[in-house]
Amino acid sequence: MQPTTLVLVLLALALTAWYSGRARALSAAGGPGRSVRLHSLPGYYGYYAAIWCLLPALALMLLWITIEPRVIAALVLKGLPEAQRALSPGELDLLLNTIRNMAAGDAALDHAEGFMRDAAGALREYSHMSRRLLAVLSLALAVTGGIVAWWRIAPDFRARNRVETVILALLLSASTIAIVTTIGIVLSVLFESIRFFREVPLTEFLFGLNWSPQTAIRADQVGSSGSFGTVPLFVGTLLITLIAMCVAVPVGLMTAVFLAEYASTRVRSFAKPLLEILAGIPTVVYGFFAALTMAPAIRRLGESVGLEVASESALAAGVVMGIMIIPLVSSLSDDAINAVPRAMRDGALGLGSTRSETMLHVILPAALPGITGGVLLAVSRAIGETMIVVMAAGLAANLTVNPLEAVTTVTVQIVTLLVGDQEFDSAKTLAAFALGLALFIATLALNVVGLHVVRKYREQYE
Amino acid sequence: MFGFLATAVGIVFLAVFFVSLVGQGASAFKQSFIELEIEYSEDVLAPGGQLDLEFADYDALVRNALWREFPEVTDRRARRELSRLVSAAAGFQLRDALRQDSDLLGTEARVAVPTSATVDMLAKGNIDRSLDAAQRPLNDRQLQWVDELAARDRLTMKFNTALFTNGDSREPEMAGIKGALMGSFYMLIVTIGLAFPLGVAAAIYLEEFAPKNRWADLIEVNINNLAAVPSIVFGLLGLAVFVNWLGMPRSAPLVGGLVLALLTLPVIIIASRAAIKAVPPSIREAALGIGASRMQVVFHHVVPLALPGMLTGAIIGMSRALGETAPLLMIGMVAFIVDVPAGFSDPATALPVQIFLWADSPERAFAERTSAAIIVLLAFLLLMNLAAIILRKKVDRQW
Repeated sequence: MQPTTLVLVLLALALTAWYSGRARALSAAGGPGRSVRLHSLPGYYGYYAAIWCLLPALALMLLWITIEPRVIAALVLKGLPEAQRALSPGELDLLLNTIRNMAAGDAALDHAEGFMRDAAGALREYSHMSRRLLAVLSLALAVTGGIVAWWRIAPDFRARNRVETVILALLLSASTIAIVTTIGIVLSVLFESIRFFREVPLTEFLFGLNWSPQTAIRADQVGSSGSFGTVPLFVGTLLITLIAMCVAVPVGLMTAVFLAEYASTRVRSFAKPLLEILAGIPTVVYGFFAALTMAPAIRRLGESVGLEVASESALAAGVVMGIMIIPLVSSLSDDAINAVPRAMRDGALGLGSTRSETMLHVILPAALPGITGGVLLAVSRAIGETMIVVMAAGLAANLTVNPLEAVTTVTVQIVTLLVGDQEFDSAKTLAAFALGLALFIATLALNVVGLHVVRKYREQYE
Repeated sequence: MFGFLATAVGIVFLAVFFVSLVGQGASAFKQSFIELEIEYSEDVLAPGGQLDLEFADYDALVRNALWREFPEVTDRRARRELSRLVSAAAGFQLRDALRQDSDLLGTEARVAVPTSATVDMLAKGNIDRSLDAAQRPLNDRQLQWVDELAARDRLTMKFNTALFTNGDSREPEMAGIKGALMGSFYMLIVTIGLAFPLGVAAAIYLEEFAPKNRWADLIEVNINNLAAVPSIVFGLLGLAVFVNWLGMPRSAPLVGGLVLALLTLPVIIIASRAAIKAVPPSIREAALGIGASRMQVVFHHVVPLALPGMLTGAIIGMSRALGETAPLLMIGMVAFIVDVPAGFSDPATALPVQIFLWADSPERAFAERTSAAIIVLLAFLLLMNLAAIILRKKVDRQW
């Protein structure tokens, strides 16, 4: 039975359980008119039966589907001849994939060896068996659960409390998903990074000046031993971030000041949504713009004044990234400026200072901590931004601070290392996870500090 | 004054951006066609008297028609150059026509077939005629033929339906976004199906039931941080956990949807919490006062009132998910896929990834199509945001 049909059947069973549970409660109370004698509303008895019918069966199904492929793979491998079982793990994986394709009928491998055909047959056999077993077991579980729950229903049974406990548990588990995700990110990145650092020393990774992640595939290959010094990547990332900040902070901040203090309501109601559109444009679109419009424009401009500009200059990527971040900076600065108490503003104006003086000497200093927090968040956003730099920045790791040359960033390298075919235990692939770890730590630190500053500042004035 | 300039900078950029986008992309919605007298000749299609609909030589029909159009061209090389004016899609078009109506065999009809991408570019004025012949994608002879066709009124512009009905292709004039659109569609279904219930449930727990202790603080900090983690890191998580550890298929909308669900979860949680917070306490107290349990208060009163706000958050989260590219690159949704995906585990790309792929292609015709795909993507985003705004306006009630 297909998993989807199975789920549908289970749902139907749960519906039946709901009706029969409710009916049993009503009849135990002595008919529909006497439901006051029940502890809970009749529907809760129905829900109680349905929950017992559905939840265990669904849990079993989920567990089964997660474990099934591994068990089947192990069984198939066990059935292979002695010679094949002695292969290395990588080759075994390959073999298993071929067998899977044969079983699915995708690969018309007429010339395949006999043992493989046997294995494919066995695989098909096992998965049929497993599906059948799953269907029987989960249906049995659903029916048993439903019957047990149905049997326990009595007029003074506290169905509502039971149901509510289950719902509360479900809500609680939903709220822990955020934590599970964080742990998942940390663990998945960390494990691969540890494997990477077993091959490449941490000091080389952090302080090496040379980045060329091509490793030799064969032992006798010349010239590509791979070096994993990340300094050029970090410098490139910081350079582009710096350019982006040079664009985003002044423009964003002044926009916020203008909109908060000077603009008339009409201008504000017109300009704010427009800026929000800027925030809603997907980054891949910015990347396209940076690569096809901004970069050639900057190059022509540079050439007209006699400067040598690379076609994938850091400047183009940085400027477009800055434009992307303007709305973030301006909205966070706007919050900070609006959080400055009215009394301070009125006080300064009352003492005879002009609007600009109030702004410059009173409001901005008071809002500075909040603005700083916002800028930190913006920096974190710029460091983690991927698509703009993938499309508009270079691939080669240049150790330079010249904004007119091509540099590469951490995110660009993660993408180039992981896109395309890959073996999962080469230093090249693992390096991407090590870079991911560095990126995660850097942005996490910025976010924690930034969010903390923004929040603390807001509380201070409240 | 500076403030005004700064605001103007943002808006001017937006204007430049849209103008250049529309300027480049608008022409991709049109495609030039050549009208040819096609003779569905039995000699060519069914040489042995037997018509093989699938593999008959339809390209020969197109070639013959072109050669008849220019009888003076007899040189073999020139004839080959001549046949390059028409797209490879022309043959498929004739095949489909014949499939629909087998009576066409042996008849003659005037058919508009799509031109090749270079002729299309020329017709749209994107090729500089003054350039040296060696630097032009079309040589002098081909230019002359195109002009002659135009003079005979055989060159027409039509709406480019291929853009919406085809999957990806190596030939720009045959490439469409249907595959990417369907991929995005399947992915968003998975995303909304997971992220909305989970996000709302988490928000309800945190707002209504969570005790104010360290655990709740930890969850809160966590959610805020997750909202600011770079999306590419979520892609790494998807690659390591879903693809490599759980063995889910690469390039599948299912995995993409899962990753995007984790990505949008914080957005939906934060929006839902704000919506729940906006429900006045008096409603809760009234319900509690007449004997409802806390769970009943929440599900019978608070959630229905907060639902529009939650939906707004969900739409905003979805529009973010629709534009997201980087995590999808990590889980292998960047493959060149011609077939339109038909399910959650078929290999697929998404609309933004398609834009990324096309933007990488050097041909001018792909740049045009990239802009067109961006226009489509932005139109979808605009629609979603419009829906969110309308929803917000409609329910923005004061208690």
